[in-house]
Amino acid sequence: MDKAVERKLAGELVNEIKRLAGRADRHLRFMEVCGTHTVSIFRAGIRQLLPENVELVSGPGCPVCVTPDDYMDKAITYALRADTIITTFGDMLKVPGSKSSLMEAKTQGADIRIVYSPMDSLNVARENPDKKVIFLAVGFETTAPTAAATVLAAKQAGLTNLYMLSAQKLVPPVMHALLNDPEVHVDGFLLPGHVSVITGTEPFQFLVDEYHMPGVVAGFEPIQILRALVRLMQQAVRGEARIENEYEDVVKPGGSPAAQRATDEVYEPADAGWRGIGIVPKSGLRMREKYAAFDIERLIPLDIPMGRNKPGCRCGEVLRGIVTPKECPLFAKACVPTHAIGPCMVSVEGVCAAWYKYGQGRFTYGK
Amino acid sequence: MWEMIDMCLAVPAKVLAIQDAVGKVEISGVTRDVSMMLLPEAKPGDFVLVHAGFAMQIVDERDADETDALLAEMHGAPRTVESLEETQRG
Repeated sequence: MDKAVERKLAGELVNEIKRLAGRADRHLRFMEVCGTHTVSIFRAGIRQLLPENVELVSGPGCPVCVTPDDYMDKAITYALRADTIITTFGDMLKVPGSKSSLMEAKTQGADIRIVYSPMDSLNVARENPDKKVIFLAVGFETTAPTAAATVLAAKQAGLTNLYMLSAQKLVPPVMHALLNDPEVHVDGFLLPGHVSVITGTEPFQFLVDEYHMPGVVAGFEPIQILRALVRLMQQAVRGEARIENEYEDVVKPGGSPAAQRATDEVYEPADAGWRGIGIVPKSGLRMREKYAAFDIERLIPLDIPMGRNKPGCRCGEVLRGIVTPKECPLFAKACVPTHAIGPCMVSVEGVCAAWYKYGQGRFTYGK
Repeated sequence: MWEMIDMCLAVPAKVLAIQDAVGKVEISGVTRDVSMMLLPEAKPGDFVLVHAGFAMQIVDERDADETDALLAEMHGAPRTVESLEETQRG
């Protein structure tokens, strides 16, 4: 689609949203639960295009942001051992634990390697047979199968020095927790595209059955997001609740069976801690007993206290959509991308980072 | 540049060849190896979504049609998209 056609289409979609907003006699609030959606919405300035009574709010969609301090503390503790090598996606490096970060551990001599794929850890393990290689398995349903497949490949290859430090999270259970939180108000969800690629749309059906809540799976182009918003508005205005799929070229109703099988083979659901939200039942993945030999926490258990939020940092409330970043006393003052205090500013997918990057002086956000 | 790659981003790629569950794919003009372990049904010539070094899903090229359909609906055409609920129960 060329730019002119795209702009014209975007204009028509926005007009349709405005028309529907005129028919709604109330304020409507839609939440996205995917960091890539957050960035795309800010980048395109979609929030500014919407009418007064239609609000977009970001939920706990950034994997780095929802990972609590104690996970980072564990990662740093393992990293500082002389017999380990950490492999990780790059965006984990600057995430603060309770006292330091992996970046600081690196300057203290820790061997930390950035990988593009968890599979790259296999080669690191092969080349360093005298070291324990630990992959930081952080992410949602999209990333879990890649970590699982890596474990399966390591097992097949007979590697005995590759481990996972797992903090995989599941999106539907945390949506449950949000909907049961009296401080959180939403009228519908923009459902995460790439999580749905794996899970399909069925795991979101509880929104309709238990909460009469509309949900629309959206792609990541601004047009795709606007399309999904039109669908959400149509449902909200008519008082309907359905799960719709506006990303059908990629998201199949049943998701990806092979990826689901890999995750299910290696992992089982377990209670998990989320920053700002706390322990959410069955919202994480833990390695099954069968694969205990790949779980670093079973091999070398650590006693690390539960993370506490940084004084003043409101990341936990930002992640629930209760406050906007500008309501945080640190935002854009003590906490900026080059010197981030909270993870919502560290990750490129964090709400604070997106707000800072695209909001400064250009738009007034959070009307 | 790897630091720029965030963990949830998935990009479309064309599969050029597959050998031993490793696919040679082209992403924005660059050829790269990705694991096909999670997408055994993919074939050379398919477009796939790549995430963290894995092909995750075959992508069809229907998106443009979908947009056109929505536009038509906005201009008064009958609803063409079945909701999932309807699909599942129908």
